[in-house]
Amino acid sequence: MELQAVLMAAGGGSRMPDLTYNTPKPMLPVGNKPLMWHPLNLLERVGFEEVIVITTKEVQKMMSTDPKMKDVKMKLDVVCIQEDGDMGTADALRHIQQKIKTDVLVVSCDLITDVALHEVVDLFRAHNATLAMLMSKAHDFTETVPGQKGKKKTGEQRDFVGVDQSGKRLLFMANEADLEDGLSIRKSIMRKHPRMHIKTGLVDAHLYCLKKAVVDFLADNKSISSIRGELLPYLVRKQFSKTTNCPKSKDDADDQTQKTADGSTNSTELLICSRDEPLLQLAQERSCWNDHRGDMSEAYHGGKLRCYVHIMDQGLCYRVNTLAAYIEANRLASKLLEEPAVHPSAVISERCQMGPDSIIGAQCQVADKTSIKRSTIGNSTTVKEKVKVTNSIIMHGVTIEEGCNIHGCVICSNAVIGRGADLKYCLVGNGQQIEAEAERTNEVIVGTDQLMEI
Amino acid sequence: MAESGVTDGLCNTDDIERSKTEGKELTKEEKQRLRKEKKQQKKNKEKNDEKTSHEGEKKKNKKKKEEQPAGSASQPPAQPSPKAVPAPAPPPPAAAAVPVPASEAPAPADKPAKSKADLKAERRARQEAERASKGKKGDVGQPAPTGKLKAPPSELQPVVKRLPEHVQVDNPEVVKKLAKKLERQQIPLRSDYGYKVSLFSHLHQYSRKAPLTQQLGIPSTVIHPAIVRLGLQYSQGIVAGSNARSVALLHAFQQVIRDYTTPPNEELSRDLVNKLKPYISFLNQCRPLSASMGNAIKYIKKEISNIPSQCKEEEAKIKLLNCIERYINEKIVLAAKAIAKYSIEKISDGDVILVYGCSSLVNHILCEAFEKKRKFRVIVVDSRPRLEGREALRRLVQKGISCTYVLISAVSYILPEVSKVFLGAHALLANGYVMSRVGTSQIALVAKAFNVPVLVCCETYKFCERVQTDSFVSNELDDPDDLIVTRKGKTQLEHWQKVPSLGLLNLVYDVTPPDFVDLVITDLGMIPCTSVPVVLRVKNVDQ
Repeated sequence: MELQAVLMAAGGGSRMPDLTYNTPKPMLPVGNKPLMWHPLNLLERVGFEEVIVITTKEVQKMMSTDPKMKDVKMKLDVVCIQEDGDMGTADALRHIQQKIKTDVLVVSCDLITDVALHEVVDLFRAHNATLAMLMSKAHDFTETVPGQKGKKKTGEQRDFVGVDQSGKRLLFMANEADLEDGLSIRKSIMRKHPRMHIKTGLVDAHLYCLKKAVVDFLADNKSISSIRGELLPYLVRKQFSKTTNCPKSKDDADDQTQKTADGSTNSTELLICSRDEPLLQLAQERSCWNDHRGDMSEAYHGGKLRCYVHIMDQGLCYRVNTLAAYIEANRLASKLLEEPAVHPSAVISERCQMGPDSIIGAQCQVADKTSIKRSTIGNSTTVKEKVKVTNSIIMHGVTIEEGCNIHGCVICSNAVIGRGADLKYCLVGNGQQIEAEAERTNEVIVGTDQLMEI
Repeated sequence: MAESGVTDGLCNTDDIERSKTEGKELTKEEKQRLRKEKKQQKKNKEKNDEKTSHEGEKKKNKKKKEEQPAGSASQPPAQPSPKAVPAPAPPPPAAAAVPVPASEAPAPADKPAKSKADLKAERRARQEAERASKGKKGDVGQPAPTGKLKAPPSELQPVVKRLPEHVQVDNPEVVKKLAKKLERQQIPLRSDYGYKVSLFSHLHQYSRKAPLTQQLGIPSTVIHPAIVRLGLQYSQGIVAGSNARSVALLHAFQQVIRDYTTPPNEELSRDLVNKLKPYISFLNQCRPLSASMGNAIKYIKKEISNIPSQCKEEEAKIKLLNCIERYINEKIVLAAKAIAKYSIEKISDGDVILVYGCSSLVNHILCEAFEKKRKFRVIVVDSRPRLEGREALRRLVQKGISCTYVLISAVSYILPEVSKVFLGAHALLANGYVMSRVGTSQIALVAKAFNVPVLVCCETYKFCERVQTDSFVSNELDDPDDLIVTRKGKTQLEHWQKVPSLGLLNLVYDVTPPDFVDLVITDLGMIPCTSVPVVLRVKNVDQ
């Protein structure tokens, strides 16, 4: 088998607490499908037949009941972990190390993209790389986010990504938070790659192809707990470190382990460097190809550990981990899905005005004289007469009474909007009730007391 | 019977010629006699087959005697069944020729005597008619009903070899056949790209931006991952050069063999060969196979089929892996050493050696010679779009050899300085022609004009039984977009597809005639170019 897919669906959604305090992030509806359905759909389309899903018990329960998840024809091997949030993505990989038999493709549950996956995997295959990842040019979110007070903060720490001239080889990766004294690049890198492009406006899609040796390395190095935060920068740095380019024979490895303090890490570091078999070496020697020119070194500068990145400049790629991203993703979900926008079981009266880019879920009831534009309406939602819904996301089981005017809102499941309410840019939490004739603008309405089951 | 046939034939030739000159249509009798004559000529050649064909005819005779009373009407329909016994498909003229009693009043009298001869002649005529109508597809086997009649037609008919499909891309039937074959093997078909120059429209032209993996599922199950990786490396040019490609191919096959398990009720020797066929088609789609790869594949297939059936799977696998190792060691590594040894004798101090492009073997030779303390300098000639000479330059300079670098356009300028030309080869053809990177024949030509000796270095495993006298018939077309270059921010050829009268041609190989090559250095020794068929023959005998 070539690749095993692993879906990380245990994340808490810490950056959008208002949405996720009742519904776990992987099950948030986007385009009326749970969020984790989208990466699973991508994997299924490409040809995977089995996926290992790492998630929490709560999500697993919800998965088994959700009808949309039953559409997924792949075999899902669900591994449950504790929800206390101490487990990072690398810890999760270490947890399932026994199940990993070949190279892995790690995907995050909040990735919505239409990338041609073969571009990433081809880099991984062709160059015998240790890591291949996907990044995308960040799009500015234009929609107004409910509950946002004041201008958009640029609090998001920037990522600095350095690539070589071809734009494929990953040379440098660091987050602004780690660069207190400024960005410093080692001379060895500059000698090997004199031209480096450093990009900051990129979004990491959290889609990684990793060699099996990396997973084994993780098993031995328990200090690494996050793939994105720790493992990746480590691998990128290790490409140019002296030990990896040194001898490949086992005897030397033993010598090195005796010399250094933490002997265990050294030998495992050498594990990751893809130890090319002698025939492959011979083929590379005889081949008249080089990945760079201008200096005296052979292809890849003789380095065994190589990291590659595929940067998408066209197409959709969203990480739904903030409210703004969530709204944007819902807006574009209709483009991604092949299903008809209006579910066949929805009851829609003829005098309803519906825009073309709205999605109506199953078993909805939409009464007369309503106007639904650029919105997503979840399953089993009731919309009474004379309601105007624009630019909003309405989740499942919501009741909207007559005469309401909802603009740019996110209304979570099982909420009830009273008659004649006028909501602009609000976020109504799960199971909340908005009283009649209420006028709210730019507010987040969540309940602190017990939630009501409708 | 034979004599009677001969005498009859002699009498009747005059009649036949007369009728021919008169422009009349030959009667059926005359046609029969013509056929008899032809048959006699053939009979003179094959005395062995007479006895065997006699038996066949006796059978036919019996059937014929049964047929005759049945009547003419039933003759044509009855034809298929008796004919099926030893005979080929009965086409109408032959069926009609088989005695239709009405028209052949004089014939029945001779019938018993002539029938055997007639039958044979008719059969041969039928075969020839079929062959003529089918044209060049050369179905030599099909008309021959049994093994008995196989020898005569094939000896006389010119043996028409089937054209390989990769040089018949402009023939829609061949393309359809290929598509069907690939579909059966579950391999995606790679579509051609861009306008092809008319002289080369019979070859495939692919784009590097449309890799075959686009149409494959991601964890590739149909094709072994090592083969997918290899195909990608071929199509992207990461593994380039005849030796490198062969070594990488054999390495991938080693991995395939390691991961192989014999399905139940199958034999390893047969099943593994069948498993390799779709992989080879896949690699062919990624990049057309080279001659050296073809020879390596033939060797592997032979080794696999020679595995005795009682051999256990583990043993068989180990045996095969060792075979591969041995092959690479003998044919590539040791051959390179042997060639280097011979070549060093030819390099004297003070030499100025010209090399073209990046040939792994020539680089190896020069590095070895430098280590053996020969004093020489090298001129590296390079050409667009591949610019492989830069890599050769790097390797030589890294060793410490003093080099000069020119482009091929300057070759006539630099040649007066040169004392020897060393060229690498992609393959050596059976008629002594050298197939190598495009530009090699130019270098050889100019060197000949300047009376500079040209030495071609080639391992014997690259010797190919193909015969080619020009570079058009069989070649490889690389991605035409490689020719596009950006200078000072301007890309002139960017929209070449929109100009209707413009075609970009990126040839990969060309053939050099043996008159321009003075010596071929192989691991068997130093031979002239015309001795290649001898080597091939000796190799075949050995195998």
